[in-house]
Amino acid sequence: MKVNMNIDVHHIARVEGHGNIHITVRDGELIEAEWQVVETPRFFEAILRGRPHDMAPTLTSRICGICSIGHTLASLRAVERAMQVRVPKNAQLLRLLAKHGETIQSHILHLFFLAAPDLLGVGSVIPLTKSHPEVVAVALRLKGLANDMCDLIAGRTTHPVSLVVGGLSKAPEKKQLEMLKLTIQERFSDVMATVDIFKTLSMPDFVRETEFVSLKGKGKYPWIGGDLISTDGVLKAEDDYLAMTNEYKEDFTTSKFTRLSRESFAVGALARFNNNHKLLHKKAKETAQALCLKPVNNNPYMNNIAQLVECYHVMLESIEIIDKLLDSNLGNICNRYNITDGEGVGAVEVPRGILYHHYIIDKKGTIAKANCVIPTTQNNANIHHDLAELVTQQINLGKNDKEVTKLCEMLVRAYDPCISCSVH
Amino acid sequence: MKYLGIDPQKVKIGVFDFTGCEGCELQLANKEESLLEFLSLLEVVNFREISSDSSQDYDIALVEGSISRKDEIERLTDIRARAKVLVAMGACACFGGVNYLKNQYPLKDVVKEVYGMHSVETSKVKRIADVVKVDLNIPGCPVSKSEVESIIVSIVVGAEVKIPKYPVCVECKQNVNTCVVDLGKICLGPITRAGCGAVCPTGKAGCLGCRGPAEDANYGSLREILREKGHCESEIEQKLCFYNAFNGSTEK
Ligand code: SF4
Ligand code: SF4
Ligand code: SF4
Repeated sequence: MKVNMNIDVHHIARVEGHGNIHITVRDGELIEAEWQVVETPRFFEAILRGRPHDMAPTLTSRICGICSIGHTLASLRAVERAMQVRVPKNAQLLRLLAKHGETIQSHILHLFFLAAPDLLGVGSVIPLTKSHPEVVAVALRLKGLANDMCDLIAGRTTHPVSLVVGGLSKAPEKKQLEMLKLTIQERFSDVMATVDIFKTLSMPDFVRETEFVSLKGKGKYPWIGGDLISTDGVLKAEDDYLAMTNEYKEDFTTSKFTRLSRESFAVGALARFNNNHKLLHKKAKETAQALCLKPVNNNPYMNNIAQLVECYHVMLESIEIIDKLLDSNLGNICNRYNITDGEGVGAVEVPRGILYHHYIIDKKGTIAKANCVIPTTQNNANIHHDLAELVTQQINLGKNDKEVTKLCEMLVRAYDPCISCSVH
Repeated sequence: MKYLGIDPQKVKIGVFDFTGCEGCELQLANKEESLLEFLSLLEVVNFREISSDSSQDYDIALVEGSISRKDEIERLTDIRARAKVLVAMGACACFGGVNYLKNQYPLKDVVKEVYGMHSVETSKVKRIADVVKVDLNIPGCPVSKSEVESIIVSIVVGAEVKIPKYPVCVECKQNVNTCVVDLGKICLGPITRAGCGAVCPTGKAGCLGCRGPAEDANYGSLREILREKGHCESEIEQKLCFYNAFNGSTEK
């Protein structure tokens, strides 16, 4: 059958930011499949120039309302590596705890508010409050936990206030950490309930062999800093990130594209899992198995499942972190430092994948040059190539416009793109 | 009872984003305890970030972000024409926000710095009120969810909308914080309008003024105190311009 198809999704819903899907099929042949990012750029790299180094984390957190803690941490790491600032061990643990809060917050928001409506056949989470109140209640409790974690450690969930160069400006009280530990323990049953829900929802069946890029864990599942690795066997140092990202610009989109060993690569929960699954907590590994997630998984829709596995993992790891903090002295959580000139790269695994900040700082401590490479920027080219393959497979299966449009939208959502972030 | 011309029975609300980080919108999905109750008061008819159901029929438009491209002006004008009440939500919408820093550089230069030889369409950053009439400003970066909730509820039930006029210092002292100015930091709390619960100084970080000026803000005396503490002019300036929240009112 020779089908014709014109799919135009303008400002796709339930994703962060503005993007369009544009697909043309004529006589059964795919003519075009484009993923167009049409977000207005904000030029963060340009406006960082001339700012004091200690304002860079505050400014760059505004790149993204969802992963503002991740941006702050990447920015801090770039500044701290440029000026050789040492961060006390406990401050590093606290920062990781705030980051885990953000990971849960972001993954839960995506799983329940953005992805689940497709799987349950509704337009948004709002009708689910009536049809599936128990599911929404689980989601809200887990999101609430994530907010509590971020508020306690970072002062605020969106745009943190107490993560500063040298460490943290304020430490939580041990009593508060004990309370947090109890709440996390109480919420494990909600994670299990979520796993049960997702066991009953089947992900679309689609495979395209992909290169996956992430940080390389060293004894632990990786979150902040370290070497860069890909499933095609590339290994690079953190400072060498440009050789990993190779950004270029296409005319139909305001976000840049990236490539490595192939025409595109993927970052995010699935990429972290594919590269570092061995380092997951034992219980999280078992959960991955129960959800049929095995490395190396080449189905982009399974990113949803990898996010769920990571939620469980970071909650388990948060308990370990809190135990360590409770056993230690929280007196010094911020080191003094001398302002020097220098250059530094900070790579951090944020919910949607690996994020890089790179600054050159002059001897007065002012940012002279900046570069930020965003996870969604790295995924945009992969989404683009996935779409072409997905549409080709689906027309061969005889699917109609409506079915193909839904699968395309779900594919874009599975990457959990953060578009305004990618067009910072 | 009607307020701003809206019948409280069926308040339809739309949420729209322009140039910004979508952090303000995200606050609407936060505060889990009261989310469902809040939603039960309203009919959310347009909120692209969380819903694919959309309608062009709404009473209140919550607008996030600033304006930095031609197509945004058209979209905003259209929203203004449909909405009975248009609310600018967040520092980007009210003041330009951090995006406004772009206006300190020539446009050509910022495009070249980020995109090299490629041309990318962008214009000088504008506030929402520079383009259309704004009925209400809810400041903050991000906005505080409880404030947005109570303001929307006020609009719906016809109560007077209250945003504090006194400075952040008042809330900071209620929280019995140590003043961060005494710890050697710059804090804009004395000139900034309260309502955030002094969240930054409570986290031992200086206020950057994301909620805009308090009533009768005394810029001169704040500058003098900060200079006495050894902060130089350019350092103070960097903080004052961060959100463009004190635009034109920061006489030395
Ligand atoms: S005001 Fe702040 S939180 Fe709101 S959109 Fe702008 S940058 Fe984001
Ligand atoms: S820390 Fe800031 S807000 Fe608090 S009292 Fe001092 S100046 Fe005022
Ligand atoms: S303390 Fe100042 S900068 Fe912080 S949220 Fe309040 S008004 Fe905004």
